[in-house]
Amino acid sequence: MKIQEVVSIIGGEVLCCNHLLDREVEFAFASDLMSDVLTTQVDKMLLLTGLANLQAIRTAEMSDINCVVFVRNKKVTPEMISLAIELEIIIVECKTSMFSASGKLYTNGLKPVF
Amino acid sequence: MDLSQCFNNYFAMHFKYEIQGGDFTNAGQASSQVKQVLKQLNVDPKLIKRVVVCLYEAEVNVVAHAWSGVIDVEVNTERIQIVLADKGPGIPDISLAMQKGFSTASPQVREMGFGAGMGLPNIESNADEFRINSKVNEGTTVEIMVYLSQA
Repeated sequence: MKIQEVVSIIGGEVLCCNHLLDREVEFAFASDLMSDVLTTQVDKMLLLTGLANLQAIRTAEMSDINCVVFVRNKKVTPEMISLAIELEIIIVECKTSMFSASGKLYTNGLKPVF
Repeated sequence: MDLSQCFNNYFAMHFKYEIQGGDFTNAGQASSQVKQVLKQLNVDPKLIKRVVVCLYEAEVNVVAHAWSGVIDVEVNTERIQIVLADKGPGIPDISLAMQKGFSTASPQVREMGFGAGMGLPNIESNADEFRINSKVNEGTTVEIMVYLSQA
């Protein structure tokens, strides 16, 4: 699934790296715990989180995650966007809950990591 | 400079980073820089991920628990060796600290998305070799080895 389709399904707003929305994702992982994110082993994975801080972006970088969706209407800071642009990580804000966003993406074919 | 050419011509490259305890704004910068270097050296991406996950977890541990620390990274044609030496409270019971779920992290660290007792076990599972030594009220040293031939 292309990131553009992800954004459409969850009704999200893209905050940076719009030119990379044709990237493909196959898996999704939903967590506010970055240590759990760092245990994942798959490629082409999307992260859904309510943890809106710089370490969420750093964790995505280390885990080779190229798109992070911030759920529950959490607001991304300018510092986070600046780092995400530098690392070419797409940032999406979404007003729905993590449960709702995850359910919609699962129904539309994104796979769980385990 | 073409770092991959440099890597072929020289036996080893060394990098050193200093980290400050409590500085979550800059936590991960050393790991990020090491990742960029390994990418430029054309190291296998799966191996890079194992290395930087180890390093990032260990770097966050220093920021979360210690007063200050130094990271030494050596890359040669056979392996990547990382040593993190911190000055801090140390770990009284290492076997307990290695158990999944055990943590002494502060609420501030937990708010950053860490401190759930996953870091050290995650480092151990990603590293080919992992050693940890600690002295209470002095500090902790973590050694991580990843072999390039086992990607």
